[in-house]
Amino acid sequence: MAQVHEYDSVIVGAGGAGLRAALEAGKRVKTAVVSKLYPTRSHTGAAQGGMCAALANVEDDSWEWHAFDTVKGSDFLADQDAVDIMCNEAVASVLELERMGLPFNRTPEGKIDQRRFGGHTRDHGEAPVKRACYAADRTGHMILQTLYQQCNKYGVEFYDEFFVLDLLMVDGHCSGIVAYEIATGELHIFHAKAVLFATGGYGKMFKITSNAHTLTGDGPGVVYRKGLPLEDMEFFQFHPTGLYRLGILLSEAARGEGAILRNADGERFMERYAPTIKDLAPRDIVSRAEFFEIKEGRGAGPDKDYLLLDLTDVDPEVVEKKLPDITEFARTYLDVDPLKEGVPIVPTAHYAMGGIPTDVNGQVLANHNGDLVPGFYAAGECACVSVHGANRLGTNSLLDIVVFGRRGGIAMAEYASTHKLLKLPEDTERSVQQWLAAICDGPGEESTYEIRSTLQEEMMDKASVLRTDESLSEALEAIDKLRDRFTRTRVKDTCKIFNTELVEHIELGYLLDMAQALVVSAKARTESRGGHYREDHQMREDDHWLKHSFITKVPEGLPQLAYKDVVMGRYEPVERKY
Amino acid sequence: MDVKLRLLRFNPESDDKPHFENYEVEADPMDRLLDCLHLVKWQKDSSLALRRSCAHGVCGSDAMVVNGVNALACKVLIKDLEQPIVVEPIRGLPLIRDFIVDMEPFFAGYRAVKPWLIVDESQHEPERERLQSPKERERFDDTTKCILCAACTTSCPIFWSDEEYVGPAAIVNAHRFIFDSRDQGSRERLEILSQRDGVFKCRTAFNCTAACPRGIKVTQAIQEVKRAALFQSF
Ligand SMILES: Cc1cc2nc3c(=O)[nH]c(=O)nc-3n(C[C@H](O)[C@H](O)[C@H](O)COP(=O)(O)OP(=O)(O)OC[C@H]3O[C@@H](n4cnc5c(N)ncnc54)[C@H](O)[C@@H]3O)c2cc1C
Repeated sequence: MAQVHEYDSVIVGAGGAGLRAALEAGKRVKTAVVSKLYPTRSHTGAAQGGMCAALANVEDDSWEWHAFDTVKGSDFLADQDAVDIMCNEAVASVLELERMGLPFNRTPEGKIDQRRFGGHTRDHGEAPVKRACYAADRTGHMILQTLYQQCNKYGVEFYDEFFVLDLLMVDGHCSGIVAYEIATGELHIFHAKAVLFATGGYGKMFKITSNAHTLTGDGPGVVYRKGLPLEDMEFFQFHPTGLYRLGILLSEAARGEGAILRNADGERFMERYAPTIKDLAPRDIVSRAEFFEIKEGRGAGPDKDYLLLDLTDVDPEVVEKKLPDITEFARTYLDVDPLKEGVPIVPTAHYAMGGIPTDVNGQVLANHNGDLVPGFYAAGECACVSVHGANRLGTNSLLDIVVFGRRGGIAMAEYASTHKLLKLPEDTERSVQQWLAAICDGPGEESTYEIRSTLQEEMMDKASVLRTDESLSEALEAIDKLRDRFTRTRVKDTCKIFNTELVEHIELGYLLDMAQALVVSAKARTESRGGHYREDHQMREDDHWLKHSFITKVPEGLPQLAYKDVVMGRYEPVERKY
Repeated sequence: MDVKLRLLRFNPESDDKPHFENYEVEADPMDRLLDCLHLVKWQKDSSLALRRSCAHGVCGSDAMVVNGVNALACKVLIKDLEQPIVVEPIRGLPLIRDFIVDMEPFFAGYRAVKPWLIVDESQHEPERERLQSPKERERFDDTTKCILCAACTTSCPIFWSDEEYVGPAAIVNAHRFIFDSRDQGSRERLEILSQRDGVFKCRTAFNCTAACPRGIKVTQAIQEVKRAALFQSF
């Protein structure tokens, strides 16, 4: 028997998006936050560089310029109504975090300091602008800590180390979740009027990634298995500066402070790819440039398979003071001193633009026609509003999680306070119980470790920065085989207490689903846009493809695709030059 | 290279007490200890239980005792460790399974010091940001780095023998607010910290400073909080 808890609203995930939503919902209705990690372990804490808002504390700026950059950065796939909301609310959101106590770096006058970041410009692309508010290179850490502090202050109820496995639907209404308590192996039902998912990304499907081991797409995975669609799954961002071999991120803030990318010949190759803003071009462009440099034999190192991030011309005091963590990462993990030599870097799988489709209040869409799922919300990296379109600009995710976490929290509380708790069917948890029993009872002849590492290698080789129909077909075939092998695995650990093998097993299942959704969506899109680059279709094709993909799992065979028009606004698509 | 590991294992369903098991895995000298623990779990014994997430020293999940000293498994490299590498769970918190301990007493200590910005709510909210000079911001920079991994608290001999002591991490988080020019709650916090289980239990063993994976000068922060409590100066 599962324990049953009743709440008005339940939030799944305690990263920036979940905690920001919890502060709003918790003030209004009875709220619980359910998270597989202790809140402060969430990957928001790894975010480094900053959060953008046109405060104009250091240089002239306007939220409308920020909106333009976001739309252009998205390769015109972002919904412009949502972008306007985000960029307009950015200023108030940053000021609000400051009032909660967030220790931003300061200007000499004591105002919040700002710095440059990729793709953020003055007056529609004229030159880079200082728009990113930051706290050294630990901005995400400070946001996560500050939000957690506030949640403690207001007594938000947490269920830490509870792993959510299922969404409860009653007549098309979302009515709660089923969670597995990792410490005891018990199931819990959270019966609720409204649920918000804020479960983060799924970069762990790639071999080289800046993402945590725990970023496995559980939230979108649960949604997908319920037969609800996922949006724009083909768009996955690769960040240009991950530590060689490891993928650990070196923030774009390094280039914002003046670092330069060089190839084996010492050439500043970005001058060729983005003559105006060079190293500060958006990530899709820089990552692609790096792949081309390596492909054409200009990579550095004995195997010519990496590039160099050169910080040696940046003032050492700036490096030590404003980029202390990333300097330490290079020293600790590669034994390289960035003050003295170039740091070996490669593109690293970083950010999921796609995810659970929502409207601007975080409410989840049931289909590409825009129908809504009553009582169900999503926010943060697991969601797709869409403000990032085909390519997210740096610093816009921390902004996204705060703006749409807040909006989602308010909307779910309003819904919960005007609706009744729906009666759950008997034996709500039965299907989850059967599933868990089956996992522990399989033939066990295949190794989950091999399946996971093969998936990561295949995705990196065939579905990352450069794609073709052929490579994607091969990836899909590989995923099919892995999915089949996965059915022949088994969780061998029988202990109920902290059975982390069981948790990892289920996470791998979600990763396989996310990989399938990504590759099927990518294969269908026969154009290049933002983070999705097809060597066999190198042009963007607005006549055909200025639309969002919606992918839905069906009982038999490959998932199905449908499309939804982009919400246009002030900016008409133009060629994307920097 | 071959890496020899000696891991303290404990399964609460089948073991009376913890015992050591030896393992050997193939790894690179530049690999992290966490990578080797994963190899044990993924290739040798899937029941090995540990917490981990970010794998680069910022989430604070994987504090362990490594060759006798507290460290994050994702922040120590194999090349820097003497073999066999002896790994044990952090001390002073109830052991649950293998490297997993009950973190609740630790977080209770943290919450006890009111680790959030306290301001006079009756005052009119400013429309822009509150001003804070770079110097004022610098004053508490060091203690903002804390990731609540518990490496400091569980290296403290006072904490081992007295679980009521709030411990170094809680004091670090109090310091972060006491010396923030915007905060108005120092008096309340120092009152809590001046009580029996508070800051004066510290005997400056310096273990905490050595253990901190973020390089926070923990003992210095504790001394500053003691002074603030004694002289009401902050
Ligand atoms: C290294 C790095 C640096 C970055 N730097 C920046 C930056 O400078 N600026 C910027 O704007 N963006 C940055 N980003 C992106 C940004 O940090 C993330 O997109 C954002 O923090 C995601 O927040 P979130 O709240 O959506 O998810 P997360 O913070 O990842 O939180 C996910 C939460 O969901 C919970 N969860 C997941 N699955 C389950 C489940 N099954 N059951 C229960 N709980 C579950 C987890 O416990 C966790 O609490 C960076 C990303 C990385 C990886």
